Amino acid sequence: MGTITEELFSRRLGHAVHAGDTVIAEVDVAMAHDVTGPLAIEAFRSLDLPLWDASRIVFNFDHVMPANTVAAAELHRVIREFCVEHGITNLFAEGICHQVMVDRRLARPGGIVVGADSHSTTYGGLGCFATGLGSTDIGVVFATGRTWFRIPETVRVEVHGNLPRGVAAKDLALHVIAQMGADGADYCAVEWGGDAVAAMSVDERLTLCNLSTDFGAKTGIIEPDAVTIAHSGGEPVDLHPIHPHYVRTLVVDAERLRPQIAVHPSIDNVHDIDDVAGTSLDEVFIGSCTNGRLSDLAIAASILSGRTVHPRTRTIIVPASRSVYLDALGAGYIETFARAGALVLNPGCGPCLGRQHGVVGPGERVLSTSNRNYPGRMGSPDAQIFLASPAVAAASALTGAITDPAMLEEVV
Amino acid sequence: MSGRVFLLGDGVSTDAIMPGRYNVTTDPDALRRSCLIEARPDFVETVQPGDVIVAGRNFGCGSSREHAPLSIKRNGVAAVIAASFARIFYRNAVNIGLPVIRCAGAHRVLRDGDQVSVDAMTGVITTATATLHGEPPSGVALRIIEAGSLVDLIRHGGWAALEEERRVS
Repeated sequence: MGTITEELFSRRLGHAVHAGDTVIAEVDVAMAHDVTGPLAIEAFRSLDLPLWDASRIVFNFDHVMPANTVAAAELHRVIREFCVEHGITNLFAEGICHQVMVDRRLARPGGIVVGADSHSTTYGGLGCFATGLGSTDIGVVFATGRTWFRIPETVRVEVHGNLPRGVAAKDLALHVIAQMGADGADYCAVEWGGDAVAAMSVDERLTLCNLSTDFGAKTGIIEPDAVTIAHSGGEPVDLHPIHPHYVRTLVVDAERLRPQIAVHPSIDNVHDIDDVAGTSLDEVFIGSCTNGRLSDLAIAASILSGRTVHPRTRTIIVPASRSVYLDALGAGYIETFARAGALVLNPGCGPCLGRQHGVVGPGERVLSTSNRNYPGRMGSPDAQIFLASPAVAAASALTGAITDPAMLEEVV
Repeated sequence: MSGRVFLLGDGVSTDAIMPGRYNVTTDPDALRRSCLIEARPDFVETVQPGDVIVAGRNFGCGSSREHAPLSIKRNGVAAVIAASFARIFYRNAVNIGLPVIRCAGAHRVLRDGDQVSVDAMTGVITTATATLHGEPPSGVALRIIEAGSLVDLIRHGGWAALEEERRVS
């Protein structure tokens, strides 16, 4: 009985739990990356306990991969040596941690996954309870396999109708964030449902759950269905909510949505694209754990094909993972990007967090398909960051200014 | 413990507390020096042990990077008082033993530079002219605070102690 989250935990623990209960539960997988991993290792070492289960611990090099400073190389060394010492073989340097977790089927429907990264909520798109924790929490999981959870209340987002052409899951999520505010789902689970969500691909579902953390949610989650199982394999998992109680239900008519832009300096400063169309851009970034998947690159390629990006706008495209990269190569997207004058960088976090290539300078404006536009996020605190869908990003790269893809035929 | 107020606004992100360019390290002193480096450049130079950070809504929003609360703690801050905290920041602060107090009105009542004394266990905040009653951690978070840190809690009894306590209560 209850929400998807209550159903999942009740099933896992073998007794009914409800929002507000505090439980200690074993997780399926614990993940850390090159920046949060070393602190998790320090916490683990200070416990002086044996490792819980090497097969269920995952490290990813993605935030600074390949290393661009001696300090970054040192973080990688610490993690490599820890993995050798403990026989951990799930050490990957093939893209963004969250996409690698999906590509390698390490996050499973019905499971519980914790990661030392806030966007660990992404895997909720596969119908698991997935949440971000800090390094110390993850270090304790390395030793005990368990952590404590307060079962969250749930916000239900019910989406009906078809998204109009040129409007993406990203636009839906930004629209919801505008309604809820940047802390509107604090400590809650966000259930995304309705016929519009049921019709979405796995890529789109991952985008919705990824962005759930950016309005405060502990997890984003979508009821696993045939689409999930077709992707993940295995037996169907029934987590259908039964007489759920929601602290808030938001009903969205997908048909009415327009491309959305989150304008500097916060993700809930969301505008219809018409309000900011024409704003000139120094950089466009297409990628990230929000929008660096194959379907995102496909949309970008369809818009950039046979055209050239505007000379004032450096355009950086980063496939989320090696698997995405290889698929994009096979489909010809990478050649399309290169011919259009975009820079295609190695799979990973790319410019999203201002730590490696694509750092923005003072006074610059960047349009990004990622998830955060806080001052200083991508470099100078005096740069402005606009967040939008891959279609808007690709159209804007061509014109050098924020552009509604629907208007592209008129301006290019 | 008493100290000076560093007043910040709403939505102070972990990118403001510890920008991504500065947290590619676990060195405590390097983290200490980078705290609020762009958002409040005078902080590291002038903060004294016992000072407090007071902020509005959603303090620590964004990344899970524990470097953010670690950098605050390493500067000797006695408590972070905010109208509300982002979930992961709050949990991280509790886990490493950085006192956090929710107090809805503190950022409107207190001014930058005010002298305040704070009782991190009761949440009582006292100035020369006012007494505010904030909300200290409760439940499991309180147990972690009482133990000193999550690592201390696990080292001394572990999850079993928590489960036993819950059965008894």
